[in-house]
Amino acid sequence: MERGGWIVMVLSVSIVLALLGYCLSKVMGLPPVEVEDIKGPLEIDTGDTEYSD
Amino acid sequence: MSQNKNPGGEQWASRIGVILAVAGSAVGLGNFLRFPGQAAQNGGGAFLLPYFISLLVLGIPLCWAEWTMGRYGGLNGFHSAPGIFSTLWKNRLSKYFGCIALLIPLVIYMYYVLLESWCLGYAISYLNGDLMKGSDADAYSQYFSDFTGQSENGALLQPSGRWQLGLLLCTFLFNFALIYRGVSKGIETFCRIAMPIMVVLALVVLVRVLTLGTPDPSKPEQSVLGGLGFMWNPNYEALQNPQTWLAASSQIFFSLSVGFGVIINYASYLKRNDDVVLSGLTSSSMNEFFEVCLGGLITLPAAFIFLGASAGEQGTFGLGFVSLPNVFAVMPGGRFFGFLWFFMLFIAAITSSVSMLQPVIAFLEEGFGLRRHASAALLGLISALGCGFVLNFSENLLALDTFDFWVGTVLIFLLALVQAVIYGWIFGIEKGEEEAHVGAHLRIPTVVQYLLKYVVPLYLTGIFAMFCYNNVLSSSKEIALVEAAIADSLNDENAQAQLQVAFPDYVKDSYSTMQSPTEEKSWQIKDEDELLKFFIAKKEDGKLALFEHVPGYLEKIRTDQVVFSSVLFISLVFGFLLLMVHIAGRRWEAQGRISYES
Repeated sequence: MERGGWIVMVLSVSIVLALLGYCLSKVMGLPPVEVEDIKGPLEIDTGDTEYSD
Repeated sequence: MSQNKNPGGEQWASRIGVILAVAGSAVGLGNFLRFPGQAAQNGGGAFLLPYFISLLVLGIPLCWAEWTMGRYGGLNGFHSAPGIFSTLWKNRLSKYFGCIALLIPLVIYMYYVLLESWCLGYAISYLNGDLMKGSDADAYSQYFSDFTGQSENGALLQPSGRWQLGLLLCTFLFNFALIYRGVSKGIETFCRIAMPIMVVLALVVLVRVLTLGTPDPSKPEQSVLGGLGFMWNPNYEALQNPQTWLAASSQIFFSLSVGFGVIINYASYLKRNDDVVLSGLTSSSMNEFFEVCLGGLITLPAAFIFLGASAGEQGTFGLGFVSLPNVFAVMPGGRFFGFLWFFMLFIAAITSSVSMLQPVIAFLEEGFGLRRHASAALLGLISALGCGFVLNFSENLLALDTFDFWVGTVLIFLLALVQAVIYGWIFGIEKGEEEAHVGAHLRIPTVVQYLLKYVVPLYLTGIFAMFCYNNVLSSSKEIALVEAAIADSLNDENAQAQLQVAFPDYVKDSYSTMQSPTEEKSWQIKDEDELLKFFIAKKEDGKLALFEHVPGYLEKIRTDQVVFSSVLFISLVFGFLLLMVHIAGRRWEAQGRISYES
């Protein structure tokens, strides 16, 4: 195994692991979908029009 | 109606569920078998540079585009590509382009389920010890040939092929059992269990490979470090070869499952505020983990440690089903690790194949109002016909290879190109950017939108053109120079005899040699079926040389009955789907679900 091989292997594996770790930590850190829905914008259709006075 | 709801009946149950399902769809045999082979043949570690560039420029942007378009289509009431394309591009023709996204997963399923049954069969063969055949390399080649019925067409339909047929039937039914349960209960539940199991199994095999040391002290170079070096040592000269860049782009493209018609279908089951950006990036990076971190560290290093440099010359099937069984047979604990490996490949293949059924199921349900059992039964019938076709024409796996080339390769390029154009030029990058960021937990850099509009279509067209040039058209390669004495004495009467003596490995008794009608001092050597195999021609320097004629896929359609029948079969399926899409389109128009811009 040459030094170049070590560098490429360690860099490639590290980049992929870092990217996956970052993505998974963000996904896992998010609230469950149901909670997000509850806290989301009001979804009740009031029937009002945009220009009603 | 709540804006956050998906109008369709089915939805993903969890955020991680859809990510695992999309990643499961992408992770397959290509990650573990194709990627290492491509890297070894195209500069080793140097291959990773064009590979990562392609991931950033082509792979991830196309994934984001597919996720975005899929969710948009789903919110407009469609889960299949013909319907989704109709909402993105309000033109009568758009649904017919969507037909390609039905044909691709359907036809790939027809042969992929066969590969799955091979993996299951190999895993069971390790359990009962059938595959522990010592160090005789030919024994594994023969086993693979017999197992897959390569000796003659119809070999697996004879009584001796009952075991393989049974495996295929079990695999086929298992896929349909999953799909019948639905998107959330079937696909999502299975992927949530299967993906972690795959990681554990692959890590166990990885630890085994990295602790092999130097099994044969008389060959000190065939060690773990030697194996890793074989895979990862960079040959920077390969970067000057366009073939390396083509191979890297193609690998990324196929690996991420873009252009399969699957991501767009899966994303259509998302709700309005479900994230597509972080989810798309996470599933892509999960696929890369399996490919680079597991496939790159296991397959070729293991093969090199026991087989030496010849391990890198194998194709995907050769590496997976001939070399690796040879490796496991001589590895300490090989029977156990062989079972783990092939069982892991089986799971990887199932997570992919189950995703290939859902787009067509969704189309049958929304296009014709069929219930799930009816759509699954109809799809089962069509896919069983195709699977039977591939199973019957098993000699040299020619039907499988033809299906894989024209649908699993060429049409995928085409569909990805269509999707990039629809996203960048018809749906529009401004609308696309806005749509992608609804509910997003990550921002896509604006430059990606310009990549999708300008660079991706050009990039795809470029590699598609190069790919076709290399594979569709026939080519020739020089084998050897004709010695001057023979070259001077060659004539019509003695050409066959002279060439047989000069090139006994190539020119056989049964071949015929004749003077080329168009060129002086040029001879064509044809086989028993009158097909051109070799030819003698002048090189640029005036010397005569023997060339091998390498028929392209286009020529094979003309010269090979099985290839012709396979292409005809694909065309018939495509025609049938086009008709179905046409009828479904008329229904959608009548129901007012789609409209066209005049």
